[in-house]
Amino acid sequence: MWKLLQIELFKIYRRPRTYIAFGAITAMIGIIQLGLKVDGKEYMEFVMADLSSSFQFEGNLLNGYFVCFVLLNLLLVHVPLLISLIAADMISGEANMGTLRLLLTKPISRTEFILAKFFAAAIYTLTLLIWLAVLALFVSMAVFGTDDMFVMKNYYAVQISADDVFWRYVGAFGFAALAMTTVAALGFFLSLFAENSIGPIVATISVIIVTTVLSTMSVPIFNAIKPYLFTTHMVTWKEFFDEKVDAENNVIKGTIENPDRIITSVIVLSIHIVVFVGASIWIFKKKDVLS
Amino acid sequence: MHDIIRVTGLTKRFNELTAVNDLSFSVKEGDVYGFLGQNGAGKSTTIRMLLTLIAPTSGEIELFGKKLSGNKNEILSQIGAVIEKPDVYKYLSAYENLKLFAKLSDKKISHQQLMDQLEMVGLAHRAKDKVRTFSQGMKQRLGIAIALVHKPKLIILDEPTNGLDPQGIADIRNLILHLSRERNKTILVSSHLLSEIEQVATRMIIIDKGRKLVEGSVAELFDPAQTLIELDTFNNVEAKQKISNSNWAASLQSSRNELVVMKLDKKDIPQLHRFLIDNNIDVLSLQPRHSLEDYFLQVTSGNQHVEAFTN
Amino acid sequence: MKTLFRLSLIILTACSLHLKAFSQDMMPLLKKVKEKLDKVNDYTASGTMKTDVAFIKAPIGKVTVYYKKPNKFKLKKDGGISVLPKGGVTVTMNNILNEKDFVAISAGKQMVGSFMTTVVKLVPTSETSDVVLSTLYIDETDNVIRKAQTTTKENGTYEIEMSYGKYLSYGLPSKMTFSFNTKDYKMPKGVTLEFGEDDKAKKEAAKAKKGKVEITYTSYTINKGVDDSVFSK
Repeated sequence: MWKLLQIELFKIYRRPRTYIAFGAITAMIGIIQLGLKVDGKEYMEFVMADLSSSFQFEGNLLNGYFVCFVLLNLLLVHVPLLISLIAADMISGEANMGTLRLLLTKPISRTEFILAKFFAAAIYTLTLLIWLAVLALFVSMAVFGTDDMFVMKNYYAVQISADDVFWRYVGAFGFAALAMTTVAALGFFLSLFAENSIGPIVATISVIIVTTVLSTMSVPIFNAIKPYLFTTHMVTWKEFFDEKVDAENNVIKGTIENPDRIITSVIVLSIHIVVFVGASIWIFKKKDVLS
Repeated sequence: MHDIIRVTGLTKRFNELTAVNDLSFSVKEGDVYGFLGQNGAGKSTTIRMLLTLIAPTSGEIELFGKKLSGNKNEILSQIGAVIEKPDVYKYLSAYENLKLFAKLSDKKISHQQLMDQLEMVGLAHRAKDKVRTFSQGMKQRLGIAIALVHKPKLIILDEPTNGLDPQGIADIRNLILHLSRERNKTILVSSHLLSEIEQVATRMIIIDKGRKLVEGSVAELFDPAQTLIELDTFNNVEAKQKISNSNWAASLQSSRNELVVMKLDKKDIPQLHRFLIDNNIDVLSLQPRHSLEDYFLQVTSGNQHVEAFTN
Repeated sequence: MKTLFRLSLIILTACSLHLKAFSQDMMPLLKKVKEKLDKVNDYTASGTMKTDVAFIKAPIGKVTVYYKKPNKFKLKKDGGISVLPKGGVTVTMNNILNEKDFVAISAGKQMVGSFMTTVVKLVPTSETSDVVLSTLYIDETDNVIRKAQTTTKENGTYEIEMSYGKYLSYGLPSKMTFSFNTKDYKMPKGVTLEFGEDDKAKKEAAKAKKGKVEITYTSYTINKGVDDSVFSK
């Protein structure tokens, strides 16, 4: 198993395609950071417009923590596309290259093979998120400094003390890793059914787009299925950036307003991963390799 | 010598299509076993079933005296295979590809052994080059290196000469002979070209539409004194029944479609004729085939590739 | 925060500058309040600030406040971002200070907490003034303002409540609560990218309501001099 995983990781990180995602993330983050560095004031005026009519702010609003939050909001919607590029290619790509049949004539169990491949895709997802964290969080902290973080929510705003932010990002990135692993599991599952990588990649992206639309549309008939869609739960990382308040409306440092939502989402996403990977194993064990 | 491969009643159906139909054969230790049939005859499907890539619908496969199902990894670790095109990772070098697949076999293989293997197939000087830059023949040789690197007892080559130039084909032929004679490997090699098989094989089978047509040693099948006879009667089932209950049973080969196929000495044909008449078998036609090649071309001519006639 | 300080100061300043405008019986009282405040030339105070707005969750922050006669103020938050109600600054500066004419009306007595106060209403006579009405609740026992209210045309009503402790003799409060009106808060979902079910209670909290900013002073350093540079931004 460990040997198979090593081989899979070796293959992933030797492929040029793997670095497209890293490049894309670097470019997107770089562009947004540059934009905010140059024209951040205007952006803040736009974001804070609603509050600025009643309040005035003093301090470094456009700090690294805030910039990272903006980046995650903008990017986490697109990272699934980059992940599907690799995950949806894991099996189909090998089938397309013709290497799948050669691999499977080796003395390895198909279950271990699938698990090793999935773990490799998950590790890839994780490294992508670590890279995202380095650029979006650490680089932003270095470029924009740190201060209290202002989170604008639909019906209220949250001010999080600068010294209470970092652990929330650790949690948020951890959660995002789980959400993205769910995407990887979906892409991986779909990659079983094709002998070229385009089909599963497009299928994965389509599934994500359709479910995201369902998750975001406030139409009563969709509301019933929303709780079961993984895309609904993929945005739960934001819950890390909401605090409990005491009776006096003072925030209690180190708290999360709705930890139950995070737990629910973690459970739903984990179930998705287990189902996708389990189904992959079940189908693959019976699959005739004809490529 | 014991059987390395023993296949009994092997059948594979894909929905409506029966790719392999009640196929039985055996490969003995030390054989170079030719697996002959036109494209689509069921060669690849059979080979893939031997290698666990495809699950049989019914029938049994034993390798090295053990059932394939249940002893998969133990059996596969003793097999090296090249299946159709030798596809490897194009973004990796020859050495990296070989090392990667060597790691997957359950044996410890040193750097020196890997290099020796590349040397053997003439790729040592290109070890560090990406496979992307290789010619078809070089890829084929790398594929063979991968198949051999863990020193398997049984080597399965599925259409190993496909897409190769004459020199490449000759190289493969020499390699098969080398592996068989110098290294005592058992080899199963499939092809749609009789000429290829007859030069290297010790024993062979011809299959068509998933069924066995003939099986035997090459010496025997190519015996000039022996002739294959195709017999067509009003009731082939009954005819076959009667023949198998007579002294002619030994000559009975198999039946292809509705025809009865027999192999016998040319001089025995008139006697067979008499037997058929005496037993009230109404003969529609009785056609002798002068050679195996003639026969093979005949049975496969229906939709044979033009390639078959150019070699 | 500057706002609330200026507002309070301005009201007090207004009292001192325009005593002639008040009716005779209010004069001695306002004068006494002013005299008490005049003892302070400058101060540096430290304390905590708390923003209590239904739709803002904010932590309690440490602040330092600087004052220098006649009207210099500076509030500095010790790290972090300060959220201050807006509007009061312009309203009070422009409208109260520049308005030379008030009519001061005695409006009887009223309890502020457990203190009996004399209510004085100041009505600007100029029609261009944004301030419609200022009301001071003066504690005659200690000669301090317990509460001040200003109604403006633009930004509604502001209210300051002050409670006093050991700096009562200087007329400096130990706690100030500044109440103000807030506009509705609503961020489009397209901006916040939150698509979950709407929380009814949270939605309700976002509606226009009174907000409060509370400052609790822990210590004052009085008349020890404050460098002018702290007031320049």
